[in-house]
Amino acid sequence: MTANSLIMALMGGALIGLACVLLLLALGRIAGISSLMSGVLAGLMAFNFDSHLRWRLAFLIGLPLGALSVTALGWSEWSHIRMQVGLPLTIISGLLVGFGTALGTGCTSGHGICGMARFSLRSVVATMIFMAGAAVSVFILRHIIGGAG
Amino acid sequence: MIALIALVIGVVFGAGLTLADMVNPQRIADFFDVFGTWDATLAFVMGGALMMAVPGFWWARRRSAPLFDDAFHLPHVTQLDRRLILGALIFGLGWGIGGFCPGPAIAALASGLIEPVVFTVSMVGGIFLARRLVLDRA
Repeated sequence: MTANSLIMALMGGALIGLACVLLLLALGRIAGISSLMSGVLAGLMAFNFDSHLRWRLAFLIGLPLGALSVTALGWSEWSHIRMQVGLPLTIISGLLVGFGTALGTGCTSGHGICGMARFSLRSVVATMIFMAGAAVSVFILRHIIGGAG
Repeated sequence: MIALIALVIGVVFGAGLTLADMVNPQRIADFFDVFGTWDATLAFVMGGALMMAVPGFWWARRRSAPLFDDAFHLPHVTQLDRRLILGALIFGLGWGIGGFCPGPAIAALASGLIEPVVFTVSMVGGIFLARRLVLDRA
């Protein structure tokens, strides 16, 4: 954490917020990544390749393309990324994140940014709870178990 | 046309996640590690996003309809229920383990690393299970 990384965090956050505003302004939709994924999955399972599936899929494909454009410009690189756990816990983590966000109808983007931005009580409560849940997991992994599995 | 607009907005979103280093699980874990190597980055990202989204949402919603649709599609449920609370808790516990939430995991597919792929496939599995076991039964 340096002054530079915090400025990048503010600028990156502003871009994320801008994307949320643009999606609402253009399509009238909430930029909640877990809900977009759930919508794509539902469309694929029903073999229903209509415009609802296509715009959601297009948005999701845009995410790694946006990441690629930042690394291509030399503003970030992948080499500094540090995974916290091995593959078995990565699988468990992914299952919990998928199940939890589907059940709770949102993740960091949908509840944490879009929901909070429109002062939704559900989103404020959900954000406080998932933040607390993440803190519990990190505390257990780092200070009780004391190492990454 | 709609898909192209969504793609461009997705690129902006993914660029923001990467610029803010949210694609790095260590940043996330460090934010929650108040008793260890605490790092404020996530708070600055959420702060930056809300500085745009709070006035932006207010401004966008002054319109009677979005630019390319007949109406806004906003969640209409308002009550706090058990699913919301349990779901948020399960999500949070999972987020703390791997340090990935849905958006950054998908953006990090561009890294060529194996963990984002394994995480994303597992996450799709988790969504599938929630739909099968809970949501589609209601």
